[in-house]
Amino acid sequence: MTRTRGTLYRGREGMWSWVAHRITGVGIFFFLLVHVLDTSLVRVSPEAYDAVIGAYKNPVMILGEIGLVGAIVFHAFNGLRIILVDFWKKGTRYHKQMLWGVLALWLVTMVAFSARHVMLFLEGGH
Amino acid sequence: MSTTNTPAAFPATSLEAPRSGRIDPKYLRSKTSSGSFEMAAWVFMRLSGIALVVLIFVHLWVNLMSGGGIAQIDFGFVAGKWANPVWQFWDLVMLWLAMLHGANGMRTIINDYAEKDSTRLWLKTILVLGAAIIVVLGTLVIFTFEPCMLDAAGEQLPRAVCPS
Ligand code: HEM
Ligand code: HEM
Repeated sequence: MTRTRGTLYRGREGMWSWVAHRITGVGIFFFLLVHVLDTSLVRVSPEAYDAVIGAYKNPVMILGEIGLVGAIVFHAFNGLRIILVDFWKKGTRYHKQMLWGVLALWLVTMVAFSARHVMLFLEGGH
Repeated sequence: MSTTNTPAAFPATSLEAPRSGRIDPKYLRSKTSSGSFEMAAWVFMRLSGIALVVLIFVHLWVNLMSGGGIAQIDFGFVAGKWANPVWQFWDLVMLWLAMLHGANGMRTIINDYAEKDSTRLWLKTILVLGAAIIVVLGTLVIFTFEPCMLDAAGEQLPRAVCPS
């Protein structure tokens, strides 16, 4: 049996980070389409906007927002890693270490974000 | 740099240097030079990515992490932000860069998965139309925003923000 060790882009870590980068990119794109539409309600009436934005403030949507921000933060940090792999002389040599760095930074950011987001939601008194 | 090769000393070295730009047309994969467009798109994905990190992280910080967070967002909040041209400009650049970056990324994905030429053409047509509509709509919303909205009779709409 031959065990493939993968290449820079495909197989092993490079493959999973590539799949995750693609899925988060598509997810954010569709969110943005909806987001511009809901923001455009400010041209319909203040009440229409407040009613629809109110939907972002229930417990299920709070979890959804954590998911959305989780996707953005991963795509952003991993995107910066891709840019470093492409432009930094030693980028290709350290791409794997940088992926662990991305995941660690992602975790720290998301713990802090989620804690504050849930806290503000609870204080908001809903 | 000279574009002509030095005269060959041996027959075997009289071949064109690779990538010299003087490739016999019969070896070219496509008639048009889409190469420079793809290169520009590749560079754009990276430059816009760097700018988007700043634009989006600040957007999320101001709207979700500072002040009252998600609970503070309503018509009045948007009126407060867009009264400042800096935030209008911020949202405009964020809208355009995120949509161009996202749409270009979607184009790559369509090219990867849609195998039939006709399917690819359809999906890309929908993508371009959809993205164009959203960019135009979002731009108009920023620049035609009216905090003091009135109804047909000239009365202030509930929750509108009017100078008192
Ligand atoms: C749950 C997270 C989010 C919330 C609560 C939120 C909230 C808002 C609000 C209140 C506005 C109105 C104007 C302003 O505040 O500047 C706005 C506009 C905008 N947001 Fe977000 N946002 C979120 C996530 C995002 C993300 C992830 C992106 C980028 C991918 C984004 C892109 C935009 C754009 C481009 C506009 C301008 C829309 C237009 O031109 O009509 N937002 N957002
Ligand atoms: C937050 C900052 C962002 C950074 C640093 C970033 C970075 C990148 C990079 C480096 C690529 C790879 C391009 C290539 O392979 O040529 C990429 C692809 C992509 N991005 Fe982003 N991006 C960001 C935000 C966004 C946003 C807001 C969206 C959606 C509106 C988005 C959607 C996509 C999509 C759909 C792809 C294509 C994925 C693929 O081909 O597998 N990105 N991004």
